Amino acid sequence: MAGQKPKNPEVHATYLPKDKKSTKPFHDTPMLDQLVDGPWPSFVTGLKRLAHDNNMSVDLLGQLEHSYKTRIGYWKGGTVSVFGYGGGIIPRFTELMGDDGKPMFPESKEFHTLRVQPPAGNHYSTKMLRKLSDSWNKYGSGLIAFHGQTGNIMFIGTTTEKTQHFFDEINEYGWDLGGAGPCVRTGMSCVGAARCEQSCTNEMKVHRSLVNNFLDDMHRPALPYKFKFKVSGCPNDCMNSIQRSDFAVIGTWRDDMQVDQEEVKKIVAEKGRKNIIDNVVSRCPTNALSLNDDNTLDVDNRNCVRCMHCINVMTKALSPGKDKGVTVLLGGKRTLKIGDTMGTVIVPFMKLETDEDYEKLTGLAEETIDFWAENALEHERVGETIDRIGLVNFLEGVGIDPDPHMINHPRTSNYVRLDDWDAEAEKWKNRKAAN
Amino acid sequence: MAEAKAAPKYPTESGCPDGMQYLHPTLLKNFGNWKYHDRPRPGVLHHVAHSGDEVWTVRVGTQRQLGPYEINLLCDIIDKYADGFVRFSIRSNLEITVDKEEKVAPLIQAFEDAGYPVGGTGNSVTMISHTQGWLHCDIPGTDASGVVKALMDELHKEFIAEEMPNRVHITTSCCQINCGGQGDIAINIQHTKPPKINHDLVANVCERPSVVARCPVAAIRPAIVNGKPSLEVDEKKCICCGACFPPCPPMQINDPDHSKLAVWVGGKHSNARSKPMFHKLVAAGIANNPPRWPEATKVVLNILSTYKKDAKDWERVGDWIERIGWPRFFELTELPFTKYHIDNWHGARNSLNASTHIRF
Repeated sequence: MAGQKPKNPEVHATYLPKDKKSTKPFHDTPMLDQLVDGPWPSFVTGLKRLAHDNNMSVDLLGQLEHSYKTRIGYWKGGTVSVFGYGGGIIPRFTELMGDDGKPMFPESKEFHTLRVQPPAGNHYSTKMLRKLSDSWNKYGSGLIAFHGQTGNIMFIGTTTEKTQHFFDEINEYGWDLGGAGPCVRTGMSCVGAARCEQSCTNEMKVHRSLVNNFLDDMHRPALPYKFKFKVSGCPNDCMNSIQRSDFAVIGTWRDDMQVDQEEVKKIVAEKGRKNIIDNVVSRCPTNALSLNDDNTLDVDNRNCVRCMHCINVMTKALSPGKDKGVTVLLGGKRTLKIGDTMGTVIVPFMKLETDEDYEKLTGLAEETIDFWAENALEHERVGETIDRIGLVNFLEGVGIDPDPHMINHPRTSNYVRLDDWDAEAEKWKNRKAAN
Repeated sequence: MAEAKAAPKYPTESGCPDGMQYLHPTLLKNFGNWKYHDRPRPGVLHHVAHSGDEVWTVRVGTQRQLGPYEINLLCDIIDKYADGFVRFSIRSNLEITVDKEEKVAPLIQAFEDAGYPVGGTGNSVTMISHTQGWLHCDIPGTDASGVVKALMDELHKEFIAEEMPNRVHITTSCCQINCGGQGDIAINIQHTKPPKINHDLVANVCERPSVVARCPVAAIRPAIVNGKPSLEVDEKKCICCGACFPPCPPMQINDPDHSKLAVWVGGKHSNARSKPMFHKLVAAGIANNPPRWPEATKVVLNILSTYKKDAKDWERVGDWIERIGWPRFFELTELPFTKYHIDNWHGARNSLNASTHIRF
């Protein structure tokens, strides 16, 4: 807590070592020093600890303080790679030169980051965390970010030469680089089936089946731009996949949600009818819930859109159904270049149980990436390609039939040619008959 | 004689490691068979499996950038008071799972004694998702870790409690690419002046046609400046987004005075209740003021306290504003509404009120 003295200062977020192993004197950091205090653990204190250990961190603090003073960043990119790969490293060289044209902070003049793929679900043992930290302490600044916004473990700060040594060492015990540049990027998956009752799929398996199928496209960047996979086990979408990934896989179910009426009665008894009506029933986006006079719950499952709200509130009484699968959405991304796009439903529901099911999913990803790589402009995300050419051209390109789940509503504009209307209507009838 | 260099080693393309090998044994045993969960106190999740097994998960805030001291300190606590397994949430919180209720209190005590906050669950303000900023990015207009540290110092009390109407996800971004992502509240750089071009460098550093193609408003064109091939910007057209800066560093978009902060609200990833939503601009022109960014912090705290007071249970910031309407939002927060809040990008008409639905 702020202002309170730690019980044991030797094992505390505010601890600073007495011994200084680094040989370079510390730079004055009056601005960063103002971020030392306060109740939240301080990254500045962390950097200072590292600066007691290595000269690279001494100079890193120097450059960072300079940025705080001038309100300008001083890193530029470049080309650094490991043998056999074309991506996965974020090269950083200092641009901050003194009057003599030499780096003002030479010990951190090369300060590259390695993006390393975390285990699916971001699970670790303490033993493995310590091992990774030991390896990085040997070859880099010691600083690791768990995790970057794409999902990578970011090993921040090493030289061009040591990049290779560090990678060789951790690659030996099971770790591989992630993506950087125009390539398939590191994926993300939620805690899912490992610890969450709302999980509707095997998130880790989906994540690994997809990403590990495209390692060549990850390690040797040659796509139009980035391509991200994210996997959430339910529509709460804890991985933010609709807005933050090109290919979002989200667990869902198509039968009735499971209701334990005894538990419903208990929670109504505990919280009162008004509370349940206000917080559950009337918050259902499709009015699919009704609280009966005997305090049991009616669910109109045909009109439930699987939003998760009632299940989130009544965790004991309600759960997803048993006929589980996934929804796939394509094309989420942030601003650049056409403005934000959310993913669009491409597959409303598919089962993911057998090997064939998983092959179907990776097959869809392959079709998507192939079509996009062929047809995208440079630096165009798949959502932008879809925006530019229209969803229908995309669907025809990857061989997917149109489906009303893909839209909020049919077109409102009559500026369209309908030459093949009858043939298309026939296709719809045939597809219906085949199901 | 120079020794022959060892042949370079080809990487093992192992890809994404299997998370199953790092699961707590109770999680492994009950994989896919969980029944329900509840939250016995802020910062603790309690999950019960169909088998009857139970686990408690303690959520801990960190500074995200961890060195060997912090990693070993945190791992020592986890080894001593928990079972040696940990995961990271998407917002860089640690989640430590134990299989016995009696392990929970000493584990929390140990983290708190070590200066690490326990919280971030349910209807709290959880850790801010953020980017690299001046520490490592090549295009940042501001810092990331510093803004987050300054804000989380203020929000610590909301992290360790569950007193908000619903969860609050805050994000920060150091440029308009917005790597921090959508947030209930997002604090993002917003440039206000066109790039300053170093015409001596453009021809050598930038692939000019791709830079021209990057511009969302076609404001960049090839030009000969001072006898050198370069690029020029139609400054009237330019929207100061900075998209040209990454592919062409001589087009410096960052400016110590004119790169400001803007605050956006109402972003939401979840499908719960409403469909996912993008955040919307509410405040801009906020000073980029290290080391503690007090002006930005003030705006965020104002919005948070208004939301806390006015929103109903389970309403996210976006849900709340949908209910009360934007005029009321600006009235309650006393933030100025300007012409800049009215969108003029593709599809902007969808954001205009085409009805007589007006609250008085």
